[in-house]
Amino acid sequence: MTGVKVEITVNGRSTSDEVEPRLLLAHYLRENVGLKATNIGCDTTSCGACTVLLDGQSVKSCTVLAVQADQLAVTTMEGLAGENGDSLDHPVTAAFRAEHGLQCGFCTPGMVMAVTGLIAENPDLDERAVREGLEGNLCRCTGYHNIVRAALVAAGKDPDAEQEIEALSDAPRTAPGFSVGSSEGASA
Amino acid sequence: MIPVGFEYARPESVDGALALLAEHGEDATVMAGGHSLLPVMKLRLAAPELIVDIGRLAELNYIRVDGDEVAIGAATRHHDVEVSDVLATEVPLLPAVARTVGDPQVRHRGTLGGSLAHGDPASDLPAAVLALGATIVLRSPRGERSVPATEFWTGVFTTAKEPDELIVEIRVPRRGNAGWAYEKFTRRANDWAIVAVAVVDGRVGLVNMGSTPLRASATEAALAEGKSIADAAALADEGTEPPTDTAGTPEYRRNLVRVLTRRALEKAAGR
Repeated sequence: MTGVKVEITVNGRSTSDEVEPRLLLAHYLRENVGLKATNIGCDTTSCGACTVLLDGQSVKSCTVLAVQADQLAVTTMEGLAGENGDSLDHPVTAAFRAEHGLQCGFCTPGMVMAVTGLIAENPDLDERAVREGLEGNLCRCTGYHNIVRAALVAAGKDPDAEQEIEALSDAPRTAPGFSVGSSEGASA
Repeated sequence: MIPVGFEYARPESVDGALALLAEHGEDATVMAGGHSLLPVMKLRLAAPELIVDIGRLAELNYIRVDGDEVAIGAATRHHDVEVSDVLATEVPLLPAVARTVGDPQVRHRGTLGGSLAHGDPASDLPAAVLALGATIVLRSPRGERSVPATEFWTGVFTTAKEPDELIVEIRVPRRGNAGWAYEKFTRRANDWAIVAVAVVDGRVGLVNMGSTPLRASATEAALAEGKSIADAAALADEGTEPPTDTAGTPEYRRNLVRVLTRRALEKAAGR
């Protein structure tokens, strides 16, 4: 098969290589560019550990070909580091640290990038929006509580106040589109 | 998991894509977002020799009112359907269903045309398109033709689209506030529907109740005759052949589809 030249801006830096078309973006980032923050968890578009931003939108880089990112801009968790290289300079990473939004840390780069993309799309997050927005990211330590708090803090919200609002809300506790319970009074 | 090797082309126009499809026939496969195709390629259930990437063609990425219909470019991503103001007003079922597909990352990549072309009977959007009475516009070097959604899915993962044809547009009648609902039943977040039911204006589309996306014809006929929602919903499994898998037996799905259809019709009637 023919090698294809790709040029991908990764964290603001031009990168280029000749790749097989079947090379996944996750592998390009890890092996060709050498950025190892992006983890490959399930490799089936389920767990979200490989989430990066592609032209500003969160995507799962195990299900994107490097050639599909040709001439586009990718941001990995390394790209959130400030000028001095401190990865805790960014409001999202700082919030994950402050709220202890991680346990083993494997899902963290994907969580951080999913939250970064979520806030870019919807700066006015509440707890529901965070939980629904992180539907595609799994934490096998089940450390979701503090991850959600970290996302709220990163969005400039008071996590205690937001969680109290959510606790008192009678909104249905299901993901979008889920059919629940008896039809009487049930909501999607 | 690595796909079998393939050649890759990213033509700069629909005409360029059609020329490649005409030249390579069944050896070529179209990719838009790749979120149906890449997973099956990684499992080596598909091994195309040539991928024709249409995902970035601006001429296939739009949502606009066109007479009595809304025209949606085939490579329009689920996320863009989800947040479209035009669709929220004119076809509110479609953004509501798009919002239940996968997760945000998947919706940033997957496309409406790709979902329809993939033809998975467990997918959300084909049933919505069926219930909406949409038409699917196919283009090839031989010209353009419109296929009603009811005639588009012909078997398991197979469609009326010929190898040299490309889905270029989905045309959806403007239905405004006509009663609509989508009831999806799954065990986990971010999962395929075990069964789901899309309702618009007395039309009922079913997810995962057979080898193709289906309409609940008996329910629709009963509604047209003025039968009650409960009586009409009780017929929702007529003519279906639901699958068996780890999520449930055919009998379970038959029961589920009657319940979900009743819920969907009740909710639609309240809108």
